[in-house]
Amino acid sequence: MAKIWVYAELHQGKLQPTSLELMARARELGDVEAIALGAGARAAAATLGKHGAKVVHLNEDQAFDDFIAEPATDALAWLYQRGAPDLILFGFTPDSREVAGRLAARLGVGLIANAGDVAATDGAFIAQVPYFGGAKVASMRANRKPVIVLVRPKSFEASEAGGSADIKELALAIGDSSKRARITERVVEASEKVKLEDAKVVISGGRGMGGPANFPLLEDLADALGGAVGASRAVVDAGWVPYSMQVGQTGKSVRPGVYIAVGISGAMQHTVGMKASKVIIAINKDAEAPIMKMADLGVVGDALKIVPALTAALKARKG
Amino acid sequence: MKIVVTVKQVPDPNSSLGLEADYSLAREKEVVLDPGDECGIEEGLRLKEAHGGEVVLVSMGPERARDAIRKGLSMGADRGILISDAQLAGADALLTAQALAAAIQAEAPDLVICGTESFDGSTGMVPPMLAELLGLPQLTFAKKIELDGSAVKVHRQTADGYQVVEAPTPALVTVTAGIAEPRYASLKGIMAARSKEIRQVGFGDLGIERGEAVETIEGVADAEARKAGAVIEFDGTAVDRILQVLAEAKVV
Ligand SMILES: Cc1cc2nc3c(=O)[nH]c(=O)nc-3n(C[C@H](O)[C@H](O)[C@H](O)COP(=O)(O)OP(=O)(O)OC[C@H]3O[C@@H](n4cnc5c(N)ncnc54)[C@H](O)[C@@H]3O)c2cc1C
Ligand SMILES: Cc1cc2nc3c(=O)[nH]c(=O)nc-3n(C[C@H](O)[C@H](O)[C@H](O)COP(=O)(O)OP(=O)(O)OC[C@H]3O[C@@H](n4cnc5c(N)ncnc54)[C@H](O)[C@@H]3O)c2cc1C
Repeated sequence: MAKIWVYAELHQGKLQPTSLELMARARELGDVEAIALGAGARAAAATLGKHGAKVVHLNEDQAFDDFIAEPATDALAWLYQRGAPDLILFGFTPDSREVAGRLAARLGVGLIANAGDVAATDGAFIAQVPYFGGAKVASMRANRKPVIVLVRPKSFEASEAGGSADIKELALAIGDSSKRARITERVVEASEKVKLEDAKVVISGGRGMGGPANFPLLEDLADALGGAVGASRAVVDAGWVPYSMQVGQTGKSVRPGVYIAVGISGAMQHTVGMKASKVIIAINKDAEAPIMKMADLGVVGDALKIVPALTAALKARKG
Repeated sequence: MKIVVTVKQVPDPNSSLGLEADYSLAREKEVVLDPGDECGIEEGLRLKEAHGGEVVLVSMGPERARDAIRKGLSMGADRGILISDAQLAGADALLTAQALAAAIQAEAPDLVICGTESFDGSTGMVPPMLAELLGLPQLTFAKKIELDGSAVKVHRQTADGYQVVEAPTPALVTVTAGIAEPRYASLKGIMAARSKEIRQVGFGDLGIERGEAVETIEGVADAEARKAGAVIEFDGTAVDRILQVLAEAKVV
């Protein structure tokens, strides 16, 4: 049996959903050990056990929460010295990425980033990676061990397998030399009514919305549908809306029941974050926009007219 | 204050990408300085203007990556280093980081600025690898940088806001696209850049080894494409069509 590690990402005590998605695939590939670091690791261990981890290595040192990447890299490298796995899985998330990069450089092994899937074939691991801006998928074979693969969120469906994990305390102390990039303050800017990642309906606006003053039209529609509002990177970079709303390769991945793309052209870097949605509706004044070629329903026209008309119709329906 | 900014040359985001027979991206197309790195240069120049010092650009790429460095020099950077060697062709993220680290080490900078991820490869893995190889702390996803003596402070973009992160220098920072609007090179800047130094470094100068490729591409297939559905004009019945689709999807 291959020995697999899953890096369980914790944010201020909370286990991140992506870690459980990774567990679902990992347990099909071999014996899974999860590594949980920082506040909440012990509570997370029980959940990881239910999702198929045979062993959870944990340590609740405050340093894991307070400092970027270095303490976690130390812990993984320390554990690695005591028994190397065949495969290490990370989520392709901002925080996990940093740890994976440092670890790969420390171990001198390299990694495969941005994978959509990973499978075992003839004793080797093969990852599926979007290529060519997402129009193609490359099969990448990992040539060295351990193989480090970073998998995009929402690539697998998390599910419980039953069972419980042996808990192993990582008996290491984090040295001061790794306590450098310190998080001194956490500022929350976004107060979402419905979380983008969990919403049943996502309405995203792009440059075609014309300006930040028109985004309330999308909020109104979201309220009428009980959904959440997302955005393209173009409007985030332009400062119309906060980064927390960005959908796509460098933003969030969503797979709602319905995704409504409003005034978004449909660049690959955007669609990679939403193309797993069940139903896609596109509203765009350009019938030739790439998003129209992947939408279940494309409506050609001015977003600033269509969105209010739709909201009004929904409200009228509710009475 | 010595600031190193890493700069990559990438296919023009405004031109469509092509694929070579060996599955690598066709690089002979129009190439530009990575737009993300342009923001890194701008931020480096602003820090230099506020604190004094020098901005050095480092790039690994084919001979023509010199143009990307030249562009940064015309914006106002002081000098450049081009790591170029046939032995580095097709480098993966780790080898790229190793080559950059070797060249940057010799400069002993106070601050290294990288883009968060490149336009083409987009792994975002070079900066953390580089930080590890240089033994530096990493402050990432910065949308604001402040320098204060021997400390650097950034606003690090997160999913729901930002974190304030502080570290002693030397340190490595990655910047997001929103951090600073890159300036246009002035005519004077373009003229001045012509006489600025771009030192070329070969593989043999780096003191690193090229190991076996970490991964090989076995094949490339078309991504699973969604089928296009109906495309309708916004007329009297369009809203009803949308409502119908919403109802079928059981969200209304
Ligand atoms: C490394 C990298 C990572 C990236 N990551 C992301 C990411 O995570 N997410 C992301 O979204 N992008 C990302 N991008 C950017 C992406 O390539 C596109 O530039 C971006 O998605 C375009 O945003 P847009 O569709 O809003 O704007 P545009 O491409 O400008 O499209 C605007 C659309 O609005 C339509 N329109 C205009 N007026 C109206 C109107 N009145 N009514 C209706 N329609 C109208 C136009 O026809 C057009 O189709 C990334 C790029 C790079 C290089
Ligand atoms: C579609 C695709 C997928 C790939 N997947 C992988 C993979 O899974 N694993 C892997 O090891 N390699 C991969 N590569 C190769 C990798 O992209 C190259 O090795 C590249 O040189 C470095 O990575 P990046 O472009 O992803 O940089 P990123 O880490 O995304 O770049 C971030 C920043 O680092 C700096 N930087 C990066 N490269 C250079 C450079 N050459 N010169 C100066 N500064 C630089 C820039 O400031 C840049 O903004 C892939 C390439 C492609 C085209």
